[in-house]
Amino acid sequence: MSETTVGTESPQVAAVPHPLDEAAIAAAVERALDAIAAAANLEELKAARIAHTGEKSPLSLANREIGKLDKADKAAAGKLIGPARGRLNKALASRTEELEAERDAQILVEEAVDVTAAPRRRRAGARHPLSVLQERVSDIFVGMGWEIAEGPEVESEWFNFDALNFKPDHPAREMQDTFFVEPPEAHLLMRTHTSPVQVRSMLERDLPVYVLCPGKVFRTDELDATHTPVFHQFEGLAIDKGLSMADLRGTLEHFARQMFGAEASIRLRPNFFPFTEPSAELDIWHPGAKGGPQWIEWGGCGMVHPNVLRAAGIDPEVYSGFAFGMGIERTLMFRNEVGDMHDLIEGDVRFSEHFGMEI
Amino acid sequence: MRIPLSWLREYAQVPAEATAEGVMAELVKVGLEEEDVHRPLDELKGPIVVGQVLSAEKEPQSNGKTINWCQVRVVPEGQEQTLTGEGIDPSGVQGIVCGAHNFEPGDKVVVTLPGAVLPGDFRITPRKTYGHVSAGMIASVRELGIGEDHDGILVLSTLGLDPELGADALELLSLYDEAAEINVTPDRSYCFSIRGVAREYAHATGTEFKDPAAGVAVAAATGPGYPVRLQDQAPIYGTPGCDRFVARTVRGVDPSRPTPTWMSSRLRLAGIRSISLIVDISNYVMLELGQPLHFYDLDKLSGDIVVRRANQGETLETLDGKVRKLDPEDLLITDDSGAIGIAGVMGGAATEVSDSTVNILIEAAHFEEVSIARSRRRHKLPSEASKRFERGVDWHVADEAAQRAVDLLIELAGGTADTTATDAGQEPAAVVIDLPAGYPAERIGIDFSEEQIVTSLEDLGAGVEKYDGGYRVTVPSWRQDLVIKEDLTEEIARLVGYDKIPATLPVAPPGRGLTRTQQQRRRVMQSLADAGLTEVLSYPFVTKADNDTFGSPDGAGRSALKLANPLSDEHGYLRTSVLPGLLETARRNHSRGFRDLAVYEAGLVFLPGERLGSASIPPLGALPAEDVLDDLYGGIPDQPLHIAAVFMGHDSPAGANHTPRPWDWADALDIARLIGDVLGVELVIEQGLHQAFHPGRTARILLRSGETVGYSGELHPKLLAARDLPARTVAFELNAELLFAAAPDVIVAKHISTFPLATQDVALVVDADTPASTVLDALREGAGELLEDVALFDVYSGAGIEAGKKSLAFGLRFRANDRTLTAEEASEARAAAVALAAERFGAVQR
Repeated sequence: MSETTVGTESPQVAAVPHPLDEAAIAAAVERALDAIAAAANLEELKAARIAHTGEKSPLSLANREIGKLDKADKAAAGKLIGPARGRLNKALASRTEELEAERDAQILVEEAVDVTAAPRRRRAGARHPLSVLQERVSDIFVGMGWEIAEGPEVESEWFNFDALNFKPDHPAREMQDTFFVEPPEAHLLMRTHTSPVQVRSMLERDLPVYVLCPGKVFRTDELDATHTPVFHQFEGLAIDKGLSMADLRGTLEHFARQMFGAEASIRLRPNFFPFTEPSAELDIWHPGAKGGPQWIEWGGCGMVHPNVLRAAGIDPEVYSGFAFGMGIERTLMFRNEVGDMHDLIEGDVRFSEHFGMEI
Repeated sequence: MRIPLSWLREYAQVPAEATAEGVMAELVKVGLEEEDVHRPLDELKGPIVVGQVLSAEKEPQSNGKTINWCQVRVVPEGQEQTLTGEGIDPSGVQGIVCGAHNFEPGDKVVVTLPGAVLPGDFRITPRKTYGHVSAGMIASVRELGIGEDHDGILVLSTLGLDPELGADALELLSLYDEAAEINVTPDRSYCFSIRGVAREYAHATGTEFKDPAAGVAVAAATGPGYPVRLQDQAPIYGTPGCDRFVARTVRGVDPSRPTPTWMSSRLRLAGIRSISLIVDISNYVMLELGQPLHFYDLDKLSGDIVVRRANQGETLETLDGKVRKLDPEDLLITDDSGAIGIAGVMGGAATEVSDSTVNILIEAAHFEEVSIARSRRRHKLPSEASKRFERGVDWHVADEAAQRAVDLLIELAGGTADTTATDAGQEPAAVVIDLPAGYPAERIGIDFSEEQIVTSLEDLGAGVEKYDGGYRVTVPSWRQDLVIKEDLTEEIARLVGYDKIPATLPVAPPGRGLTRTQQQRRRVMQSLADAGLTEVLSYPFVTKADNDTFGSPDGAGRSALKLANPLSDEHGYLRTSVLPGLLETARRNHSRGFRDLAVYEAGLVFLPGERLGSASIPPLGALPAEDVLDDLYGGIPDQPLHIAAVFMGHDSPAGANHTPRPWDWADALDIARLIGDVLGVELVIEQGLHQAFHPGRTARILLRSGETVGYSGELHPKLLAARDLPARTVAFELNAELLFAAAPDVIVAKHISTFPLATQDVALVVDADTPASTVLDALREGAGELLEDVALFDVYSGAGIEAGKKSLAFGLRFRANDRTLTAEEASEARAAAVALAAERFGAVQR
């Protein structure tokens, strides 16, 4: 066996058998098969192939001898050597496949990495949670057939106050600590609520109107844990024939359940706003509140004051409407347990990145 | 408004065991929001009793002080001490060291016995001091939390009190009382009184209300009292500033009498400091009935009282000692000496009551709201009186309030009233509202019964008369807020209960969903986050320098809006660029240890045009004329949405086998171009110049139309240093609105050719300052329609290239729609491309 186990190419594997020497050919085949089976890798197999099936291999040389034989012997020798070579080729192919598979598997093993040490090659970006919440609120109303209306942040005093039935000298105007823009005779200010967008919607759209107005608003409050001079609101406005406070309640209840689950509900308490009559304070029953389900002050609402309708050229004897408004910061604070307003407005990337793209 | 419960109980059925919290829970149902609870016993705990000083031995101390070693009897002689505990002497006499000297043996005082607790968690225990065991303390008003005076201990006789020894001093000083503090909305001025809140409490609980005004018997006058003339020469909005002035005279009051403890206790709980009996009575009546009063020292008045507007240049020293320049719009109370008060806001110093006043003229007037509001604002004089007048006071209660003050002055201060009385003015017509019967149901959604409607309105104090199809409602005089049928509807809903309102969901007509611009904005904002940037928000308040630097490329031209009342004078302008705020946010993050950042913000910037605002503001409750509306719209400054981003440090976190790359100018430009890609808007990049950016590393970004939409690049090194930001920080800012508008409405499909591709490369040598993009444009144009695409793949200068030149290598891809291109055709097209580049830029093939 020693001559078949070496990997080196040796032209003298064995003596050339006579093409009609069945036993010698069988022995050559056996030696060849042993060598093929013993090849431990593709290199060894290649050596075995050349040694046992190459031009100088005993069988090839024996095959070459066939030509010198008699016609009758040629056929017999052919029948002897042909299948023998066939067996070897088959064995070679099969062993090649095995060794290739082994080699391929080995490569994959060698290429293994520690996936737990993978670097983050791309930054994970993030939306600001106030933006995400604003979009989510908008989507709920869009789903109800409402549209989203927007407007300027620097507004005319008329849109922000007078059109909303704030009397010029009434203390209600002062309740909303207003940033005024110079010069005073231009009557421009930073909108104190998104309600001017409601006025614009009534002026610019065909009736009936069902709009949600989300956006930034401004009050002269110093920044502290619960106040910020710049914050966000969403206000809703519906103007149609025959709308009642029951419609207001139904709309708010539907919205509350979309936001806070089927257990959520709302409560109305009498209040005052110049632009609604009747007016109500809005509490939400928040089933998931920190510290257990409870009522939480959420915003204000009411039936649109006839003077507001008139300012937009709508006849209050034909149309009625309701409006509501909530703070987005406040909503995020109790929904997501944000403890300090500073986190919402300072732009610390950790705040946004904690939320990622979701809230 | 703070409501002492003992006071409320006089006019409403408040259960004896009710707490301030319980009262607020009732009031909140009718719309009075709960604010706070004021309860002395939260901080005070007995035994605190009445004692009598038996002896006080003065003992000088080594520290220079003299103390009194007192024996104080706290149980009547002959009775047993029922209290027990450490430091309570069974004899009924306590030994107490006292540092005050304003008392004598025989005085009755308040003794806080061992076991008592005073405000500030001050626990009384027997303690060794100055060589004695002091078993308790003789208390001052400040120690009891009922006053400021700390000059000495409280001697009960100074309050006019002579109680039993051992009596509960907390009871004596009315300290078992407590107050509910509620928030009164601006429309409900009548709730700035016990009278109003008691009525609301009755509404909330369905119990009986006793009107304190009805309990006052106004004596019939025997003739006119102090002469008063109402002569408003310049009414505001045509309404006279004063339409009622009741004047009553009380003579011979004793100004030295103390305020009874029940009154001072109620005032204190209501948040008003006790000053003197006379002043306290005036405040007490105001709190009870809601009518502000003013008391004049009758002996300091000269001549008729005239209510008029101020004259030009007139001044008045108000009772806070300040000399005020009066405005011709100020409504004044005057006499022969000139102004003696700004009506309804503050009285004058010269005629105010003092501790020597014996004869008093009481003013109970009714002033018009706007006039008072303007004077209060003008002189920055918020007062209890102005607060009520500018929200509206009951016209009818003036004479009752004056009578109540007269009665109290007689009863408590020993005065006698003149039988004459002045009542100048004209009673306004009652407000009558027609309420269609079905209206409340229609607006609220509750099917109100007639009884519910009528009872609710009558409970308010309104007169209700039925007519065919509705109710004629006469509004009570104290409810100036009830003007229209909607107001009445709210009252009916409020009294029946908002919790009875059912829920119905109205169906909006089919909507169009988000507008295209809203969708574009969402996609852009989300894409930036997806690209690894973090969205932040910043305030729009910036410095003048911020706007000068970022507002325009060359610092010229652009103006900014200035706030009249900014929170900080430095940041007194509205931004014309998002970058200053975003850079400040970046700096804050950097200082908190976050060195690798990519942050973005979308926000409005404020660009004043030639017209700013509108001079006149149209009135309430009416659609302005078209030209007036146009004027309002036209005066609103342009406020486009800008999107900006700042990148500093590295593009990703360091990791195993990963070296993060520093952000550079090309990253900023790449992300800016991503926005164009998201919107389907082609962006043209030019070498740019912007004072906030590095002069050699700035791209101007334009639309194909030639309109500039923003800048991108490395920020100017000097600017970065000045703002404490790391070198090589890069940024971009784009006007998103221009981008949104430039997005195509319809994109026409392109034919996809399946014929084979022919590629050709070309290297062109051009001057070093020739922008690559312009060469690329020339190649594209020159190659003609066979060119499918062309891309720059290398820029080279150095060995083999002449100084001042650079080599640009482009890959060109050719393909025809209808055939396989021959090599000649491709080469011909390439040659045509090169020829145009050569013609335009002198480009030479390498």
